[in-house]
Amino acid sequence: MSKQFQFKLVLLGESAVGKSSLVLRFVKDQFDDYRESTIGAAFLTQTVTLDDQTTVKFEIWDTAGQERYKSLAPMYYRNANCAVVVYDITQSASLEKARSWVRELQRQADPSIVIALCGNKTDLNARRQVSQEEAKKYADEEGLMWGETSAKTGEGVSDIFTAIAKKLPLTAPPSRPGANRASASGTQAGVDLNRNPVSTEQTDGCNC
Amino acid sequence: MDEEYDVIVLGTGLTECILSGLLSVDGKKVLHMDRNDYYGGDSASLNLTQLYRKFRPDESAPTKLGRDRDYNIDLIPKFIFASGELTKILVHTEVTRYLEFKQIAGSFVYRDGKISKVPSTEIEAVKSPLMGLFEKRRAKKFFEFLQSWKDDDPATHQGIDLDKDSMKVVYEKFGLEPGTQDFIGHAMALYLDDDYITKAARPTYDRIILYTSSMTRYGKSPYIYPLYGLGELPQSFARLSAIYGGTYMLDKPIDEIVTDEDGKFVSVRSGEETVKAKQVIGDPSYFGAGKESDGGKVRVLEEGKVIRAICLLNHPIPGTDDSDSCQIIIPQNQVGRRNDIYVAVVSSTHNVCAKDVYVAIVSTIVETNNPQAEIEPGLKLLGPVFDKFVSVSPLYTPTSTGKADNIFITRSYDATSHFETVVEEVHDVWRRVTGHDLVLKAREAANIEEGRDEAP
Repeated sequence: MSKQFQFKLVLLGESAVGKSSLVLRFVKDQFDDYRESTIGAAFLTQTVTLDDQTTVKFEIWDTAGQERYKSLAPMYYRNANCAVVVYDITQSASLEKARSWVRELQRQADPSIVIALCGNKTDLNARRQVSQEEAKKYADEEGLMWGETSAKTGEGVSDIFTAIAKKLPLTAPPSRPGANRASASGTQAGVDLNRNPVSTEQTDGCNC
Repeated sequence: MDEEYDVIVLGTGLTECILSGLLSVDGKKVLHMDRNDYYGGDSASLNLTQLYRKFRPDESAPTKLGRDRDYNIDLIPKFIFASGELTKILVHTEVTRYLEFKQIAGSFVYRDGKISKVPSTEIEAVKSPLMGLFEKRRAKKFFEFLQSWKDDDPATHQGIDLDKDSMKVVYEKFGLEPGTQDFIGHAMALYLDDDYITKAARPTYDRIILYTSSMTRYGKSPYIYPLYGLGELPQSFARLSAIYGGTYMLDKPIDEIVTDEDGKFVSVRSGEETVKAKQVIGDPSYFGAGKESDGGKVRVLEEGKVIRAICLLNHPIPGTDDSDSCQIIIPQNQVGRRNDIYVAVVSSTHNVCAKDVYVAIVSTIVETNNPQAEIEPGLKLLGPVFDKFVSVSPLYTPTSTGKADNIFITRSYDATSHFETVVEEVHDVWRRVTGHDLVLKAREAANIEEGRDEAP
């Protein structure tokens, strides 16, 4: 029997390393050379099917530009099951920024979070400033997954998300981030504001 | 910072964040700044490090309280009415996708030295010690009258005109005892004092209907509360604003509100940088609150003070049936005051503190020179208090509408136990800033862009 799991995935990295493009390629298999800074998407979802027919649905949170002045809210990291920290292989400074985002995740996010370091823009290999060895070495030291991608050509994009899906713990029922989540602590069910109340009929109104 | 914006918003309290979000959705270019390195301003929820930094800068949080990250302590005690105006905004803007809510387990009222649950079901009502048998019958008739009221059907009015007759007239018509009036006016209509009794009955009617419709929505109590604390609310609206192009800068000192020779807003200065916009919106702390004047101009006035005591406990509140959360109202008449005392309790169930810790905030409007003594009746209900953080906060109100100088200042968070007045404030500022009424509409663009979450 096939099983479906849902996880919250957050994107991090310096502005203009291609975070949104990476997601756009993964979710819609599209690329836009002149894509403006992220506008209008609360989060996107995409499903990965693993070999054993298990499906993993990612709820992907983009920074919405709040990373630009280091103004991401704690809400962003909250209940994130996995993170993709993106750097631009043609900008060595962006790997430095990625390191600080990894530290931020280690400080703010759940200790069990799965982190993937992702070197984007391999289509610009001629202008490469960050070697694979350097990035891989850092990833190994910190226990991060690592991969390189080109959101422009699509190279490596589905590989990195599939690798994350395989690494996520698929045994325990995962938390369902986002709206209408099931109660995490289980002691008391949450309330769903978007759902109409079970009973709208008026009682006789006497509360005394 | 050399770009020019439509609106600069100062402070990331809930009022400012809702406005920022709605303005961005409306297509305005918004820059949102805060001097603090955290979201929420006065309506933030703080972790232990931030809480100690604010109240006891020379001390660090004791390790026995547990992990810093488990704490989200509200600075201002408020709950959300399940059928109230904030709920409508949350649903319309769809920020509910970032939030998760739980019910507040019960609402209690203080009477003759002990607390009793405000009944949420008929069975509870029958058993309730708050009224005698005959008084219960009279009260039942009173509530039936309110529930069946239809503006266009005089047969339902029983000779009462809600817009002309005072609440006193309505109480007397049904022969309700003073204790019952206290209960209805303070525990259900949530008036802080007794001024409402001599005024037209309509607003009281509206408040009781809001209370009962919120109560019937999920049961137990009329209130809901966001997991991880009230600070999640401003964060969710800030994200909405950012998604629609709003720019966020935290940890940014605001040094000057620059105006031209006519006193009209020009720009905001932070250190050496200035940034221009057509309008500025902000909380009173950015406009000279607490200081004599701001550049010779008094922009905000103090209207009163609220005392709030954040108490950490190792146990639920005695007499609340071990509720994981509750509201307790001490009507002013019961303790010889002009204003009610409120107690708001949340716990680890709401992911605001470590396991087995309870956070109770006791608050009231200050009436004397010794505000600490004024909250004693509330503190007495708590049992042993592990630690206590007390603040006395002035309530500021702007001296002008902002229409003349494009400087729009919001009001401080008041002493009410819910968010209805915050939403009224949002509507008021919106009208002042944009010149038209706020109409809530669904976020169509985002719904197309986004893979919507299908029902499980």
